[in-house]
Amino acid sequence: MSIFWTIWISAITLTVIIGCAVLLRAANKNNTGVKEGDPMPHTFDGIQELNNPLPKWWVGLFWFTIVIALIYSFAFPSYTANWNGLLGWSSSEQSVKSKEESAEAAVTSHSQYQREMNEAEIKYGEVFKKLVYTDADTYKDIELIAQDPEAVKVGQRLFLQNCAQCHGSDARGGKGFPNLTDNDWLYGGEALTIKQTLMHGRNGVMVAWKDILGEDGVKEVATYVLQLSGRRVNDLDAQAGKERFVVCAACHGADGTGGQAFGAPNLTDKIWLYGGSRKAVEDTIRNGRNGVMPAWGEVLGEDKVHLISAFVYSLSNK
Amino acid sequence: MKHEFIEKNVGLLAIFIIIAISFGGLAQITPLIFQKETNEPVDTLRPYTALEMEGRDIYIREGCHVCHSQMIRPFRAETERYGHYSMAGEHVWEHPFLWGSKRTGPDLARVGGRYSDAWHEVHLLNPRDVVPQSNMPGFPWLATNLLTGEDTAAKLSIFKDHFSVPYTDDDIAGAKAAVEGKTEMQALIAYLQSLGHAFK
Repeated sequence: MSIFWTIWISAITLTVIIGCAVLLRAANKNNTGVKEGDPMPHTFDGIQELNNPLPKWWVGLFWFTIVIALIYSFAFPSYTANWNGLLGWSSSEQSVKSKEESAEAAVTSHSQYQREMNEAEIKYGEVFKKLVYTDADTYKDIELIAQDPEAVKVGQRLFLQNCAQCHGSDARGGKGFPNLTDNDWLYGGEALTIKQTLMHGRNGVMVAWKDILGEDGVKEVATYVLQLSGRRVNDLDAQAGKERFVVCAACHGADGTGGQAFGAPNLTDKIWLYGGSRKAVEDTIRNGRNGVMPAWGEVLGEDKVHLISAFVYSLSNK
Repeated sequence: MKHEFIEKNVGLLAIFIIIAISFGGLAQITPLIFQKETNEPVDTLRPYTALEMEGRDIYIREGCHVCHSQMIRPFRAETERYGHYSMAGEHVWEHPFLWGSKRTGPDLARVGGRYSDAWHEVHLLNPRDVVPQSNMPGFPWLATNLLTGEDTAAKLSIFKDHFSVPYTDDDIAGAKAAVEGKTEMQALIAYLQSLGHAFK
């Protein structure tokens, strides 16, 4: 901030404070020519005013606020952005230009925000660390954390705060959002795979087949897919659909049991991400689907993701 | 001038009051307008795309800012939930800014990327389908209203000419084509997914 603005702020602030003091002094003198306690020469609607002095307690309080205003303005940053006042107070790092700069500044910062964060780190950091790290400062195995009821409880809280919006507070998902309790996995249910999914997100793409298969083809393939999961269907249609299924096999496998490398669901079970009705399956084939899991590594940090992974793992590995 | 004279002339009294109370604003607000922190964008800030800009106008039209703030304060309780506190430099190209002052719903300053597009669509159609306890209204008409893109280029030009937002001539020339035929839903979701991109 330039010297001009420092002068600008100082001039206005000090003029106002000193002006208040001058005004208070002037108002305390009897300038009316009427003796204290006597009636003033004017009346309003028949009401007469006496020339009483300002109450002593009120004047005292006014002087007090003027003194406090001066002390306060030097104790805290007031007159210039280059000086944080006698107490050296600041709210947070306001001049950083990126998240990296912010992280760097945080190491040496004494801002009120950073002090709050540091105090929290002292209070909760150790407790949290015990849940996630071994004594050798490496991550505990997720399978092991999933056995620790305290850690799972913390993981659940984090899940409710960040994941329940899509997967539901009971983690049983909804249409388009996978159920995490049924041991059926799109990308794999091994502990580290779950963590991978949380850290970096997933982007499951099923393309639209309506142009390639045609409307008849969509219906036939849907019939076959329904047969795969044990539904009673028209055998002729299913047979025709099976012949067309070769294009689907690239991701879903020749037998339709899915491929976790692509996040392609198993079509032979009775679990449906977008609904198992004939209409829903046809819609999926016709228009495709795009199931996106956002990446949480940057948002939450690896420690918390590790703990949430353990909670999710515990849901299907009691 | 006699004190009595001012007291008996209400108009004059009002003028003196306005002068007296403007000192606070002059000392507190005017320096901020010229400060580096409030005028320079943060490193990775990019202007809204044409579609996001249309989405922003829908956000304003539907009054989203009445219930959602876009301003994360520097308190641990907020940064734990929403991410890094908001920086002035993230908002230098916002006219008007949409910081808001009321949080009936959560803060949205960094909502971009936290949910999938599909989630936003379900949620905007009927929030209770994904968040059972939500009291947010549904906005089903967004899915059927189509954008014409008639004014999009003009909007970008205004931001370029009056607020120095670095749009290129190509951005403005392609603005109509970029939004024409898209639904308002797509525009709003694009806007929401862009929020907070500069401090990810």
